[in-house]
Amino acid sequence: MERIEAIKEVAESLNDELVICNIGFPSRELYAVKDSPTHFYMLGSMGMSSSIGLGLAMSGKRKVVAFDGDGSVLMNMGTLVTIFSQSPQNFILVVFDNQCYGSTGSQCTYTTKIDLLKVAKSIGFKNTFVFEEEVNFKEALDAEGPVFVHIKVKPGNANVPVIDMEPEEIKERFMEEVKKGS
Amino acid sequence: MESSEAVYKAIKEAGIDFVVSLPCVNLGKVMELVDCDENIIHVPVTREEEGFGICAGAFFGGKKPAILMQNSGLGNSVNVLASLYELYKIPILIIMSHRGTEGEFMSAQIPMGKATPGVLDALNIAYLNPKTPEEALELIPQAWRLSEMGEAPVGILLEITFWKN
Repeated sequence: MERIEAIKEVAESLNDELVICNIGFPSRELYAVKDSPTHFYMLGSMGMSSSIGLGLAMSGKRKVVAFDGDGSVLMNMGTLVTIFSQSPQNFILVVFDNQCYGSTGSQCTYTTKIDLLKVAKSIGFKNTFVFEEEVNFKEALDAEGPVFVHIKVKPGNANVPVIDMEPEEIKERFMEEVKKGS
Repeated sequence: MESSEAVYKAIKEAGIDFVVSLPCVNLGKVMELVDCDENIIHVPVTREEEGFGICAGAFFGGKKPAILMQNSGLGNSVNVLASLYELYKIPILIIMSHRGTEGEFMSAQIPMGKATPGVLDALNIAYLNPKTPEEALELIPQAWRLSEMGEAPVGILLEITFWKN
């Protein structure tokens, strides 16, 4: 499945959950299929989606879903260990794995050779899900966190525009939303 | 007052309630004090850059975040400080044990020790340099207020001589 379809499937199954979305095309695709004050779009700091999500989940009770990519997880793999060790029950890490650095010209990543799901399982993640043909995200939403979700998608980016919001606007709208729910 | 105790008290005075850390021999006791404090969430991390990511999330969640680290970790964190903290205007207190300063016994610490102020300057990050426990008690809460009001990281550099107190 195309990544934008997978993003759409996940986004449409979310309601009140807070979303941290990875830099580059994933944020643009999410913004194009569904925008919400519950979304924080990253415009820089590749690799940090999982970590930002962890810190947010540990600071409140609301469920947090971090949208990540294979290249980004490989860049910040240590944080998988921190997530497991801290084990916030309200945290779901979703890795859209297209086996390439999609936003920079689709150069291959090492997930062509290794399986990130096996990495997560070997660290100790108990609730893990893998989706390929279709995404039943409700199952993952109902599981106790930390949850690791591996979604295998095709390489390539959708033809979607850049996000027409200023970084501060993204932050302020998001923080207002976080405050409301706490 | 002893140096580690002063840093801990100053963190409390500042209202910091979320701390990520990577150890330095000089920060050991501060980390223990923070870890025992029920009102501070303490998250040991695997790399400083990750710690900055976690603290940004904690700030979004309403926390007042600080990182405890050795100055070497600043080198691991340049991009996150620019393209997350500066871009989105996020505050954090960066409390660094500044190795490679006067009294350093390990020559390997010298290059990053010398580079540290320049790296902070290049990132436009303000920093304070308390020399005694009394100064730390006064300056650390001020640094957090500056960070919060300015919506930007503020550094605290604690040189080797500071820890002799």
